[in-house]
Amino acid sequence: MSRIKDLFNKKNSNVLNVYCTAGFPHLCSTLEVMNALQESGADIIELGMPYSDPLADGEVIQASSGVAIANGMTIEVLFEQLKAMRNEIQIPVILMGYLNPILQYGFERFCKRAKEVGIDGLILPDIPMFEFETEYNEILSHYEVDFIFLVTPETSEERIRKADKLGSGFIYAVSSSSTTGKNKSITEQQPYFERLKSLQLRNPVLVGFGIKDKATFEAACTNTNGAIIGTAYIKALENGQDISSITKAFINGVKG
Amino acid sequence: MTTSHKEPTEQGYYGKFGGAFIPEMLYPNVEELRQQYLEIMYEPSFQKEFQQLLKDYVGRPTPLFYAERLSKKYNTTIYLKREDLCHTGAHKINNTIGQILVAQRLGKNKIIAETGAGQHGVATATVCALKGIECVVYMGEKDIERQAPNVARMKMLGATVVPAKSGSKTLKDATNEAIRAWINEPKDTHYIIGSVVGPHPYPDMVARFQSVISEEMRAQLKEKTGSELPTHVIACVGGGSNAAGAFYHFIDEPSVKLIAVEAAGHGINSGMSAATTQLGRLGILHGSKSLVMQTADGQVIEPHSISAGLDYPGIGPMHAHLFDSGRGEFLSATDDDAMEAVFECCQLEGIIPALESAHAIAALKQMDLKQTDKIIICLSGRGDKDLATYMHAMEGKDELTQKSRPL
Repeated sequence: MSRIKDLFNKKNSNVLNVYCTAGFPHLCSTLEVMNALQESGADIIELGMPYSDPLADGEVIQASSGVAIANGMTIEVLFEQLKAMRNEIQIPVILMGYLNPILQYGFERFCKRAKEVGIDGLILPDIPMFEFETEYNEILSHYEVDFIFLVTPETSEERIRKADKLGSGFIYAVSSSSTTGKNKSITEQQPYFERLKSLQLRNPVLVGFGIKDKATFEAACTNTNGAIIGTAYIKALENGQDISSITKAFINGVKG
Repeated sequence: MTTSHKEPTEQGYYGKFGGAFIPEMLYPNVEELRQQYLEIMYEPSFQKEFQQLLKDYVGRPTPLFYAERLSKKYNTTIYLKREDLCHTGAHKINNTIGQILVAQRLGKNKIIAETGAGQHGVATATVCALKGIECVVYMGEKDIERQAPNVARMKMLGATVVPAKSGSKTLKDATNEAIRAWINEPKDTHYIIGSVVGPHPYPDMVARFQSVISEEMRAQLKEKTGSELPTHVIACVGGGSNAAGAFYHFIDEPSVKLIAVEAAGHGINSGMSAATTQLGRLGILHGSKSLVMQTADGQVIEPHSISAGLDYPGIGPMHAHLFDSGRGEFLSATDDDAMEAVFECCQLEGIIPALESAHAIAALKQMDLKQTDKIIICLSGRGDKDLATYMHAMEGKDELTQKSRPL
């Protein structure tokens, strides 16, 4: 059974997925961040693979990607850093990024390496469903890497059901149509989360975009299985030195 | 691949290039456009308004001018398609007129656009003023500094100019910012892309709006020579909108050579170039799969060209396909070649071309021309916006300029 499935079997509410850009704040801090997140009680680690042109990301994550690229982070370097991660990290780890760097690395080679190092899932917001079905689904299934689709308040029921059928791991419910880090009210989006709940999807639902603290985390979790935090954590890392203590304080603040 | 060079598949592919690689947040907008653009564009009342505006507002048809002294110099026959005489100074307005009418019919009340040198930004601000629609133009912070007159024009026309501060702060990043702005405000906003790039259906829609250029070329050449077909059509290519328009109605005519001229900057292998077909690899940029200048790790490279309009690390998927299949011939001109062509065009024909268009003229030197050839060069824009660069080039070159006069 996949680690993600296993997690949701054991825990189906208030699941906390925390995003951090790989190679940020320092090239070699990736594993330190992952360990800190695991120790502090995050349920899933989402590692961002930095890209020069991240269309779905707001300023904060863009800037962290810029730092990571300047630090020398590449897909190859990342896999090298993650080679032995399963000696330390037991919780699910997913990779988030954009298709172009992966195409240059080789999509199949990428999936194979991801599986080898123990990656559980993949979020690539710029692979549309049509391309996924024709080009990528078979390879991902072969290497048993979950592919997580995004849905938004504007996504039709038909399309949500298709994302649920094609995707695995969980459904990434974008809280409002926006880039990451924009402050739109989570509480206003409850009807949307209720609608998702009523669809009784096969996959669990995690809410992302706009989750930054205890209040927004709780609001996001009311009608879903959990939430994803990225921008707020990157900001916290920007403002301090000791990754372990920053992470502990941050996660405690969110989970209360 | 058996797909057409001219029109993409339903999913937006020209051969292996194209598609719509966009996040789900943009799907409803792009899908709405994909389903409706052809129906809207070819609806009689749309065509009536579009054609009327092209005629009375843009000033079409633009002349096809027999360039006698240039022809004599190259011992062949050369015509210039005078897109530089369009309102706002370049071909860009053909597309913005079309898209503002599409936006109106989609019920959108706000327009966003990206711009590099500011030509597309000015053309967008212009049609928004014409229609009384709010306009926000994203422009790289560096380009805002370099292109002050066009920034002033956009502001005079009522547009808000937002500096793109991410990445390299130029056209690539202005495009990213425009797309992000669209993600954040998708419902009532239409994004007017300025070139044949972006997710499907943009490349096809923009090519169709620009195709008026080659439609007129055919009719005008027939009137002048009795034949609709030239031997060569030459156009500069950054993203490739004027080239798409100039090639469009000749693509299915195998006797017509389509010559695309990219910006080599300081030279193809100098590390300061924008010749995407020579330096790029298959990749994804701004929502479509095409040739992209990038590092081995797939990070997009900031290109260089003296001409801001060609300073783009990608190329429209239609052009990538023309290159890949061999239907198009891709040449390149350096900054210096282009500058030389600027003065050549000024002194031989009394026309000050835009730096972009000068790249197309510069290709003449590299071609093996016959006396019997009939060549059309798409003179995509006028040089007013480049005057500061030209003034700088003349400093210390006065002597050279004088010498070249008797050409």
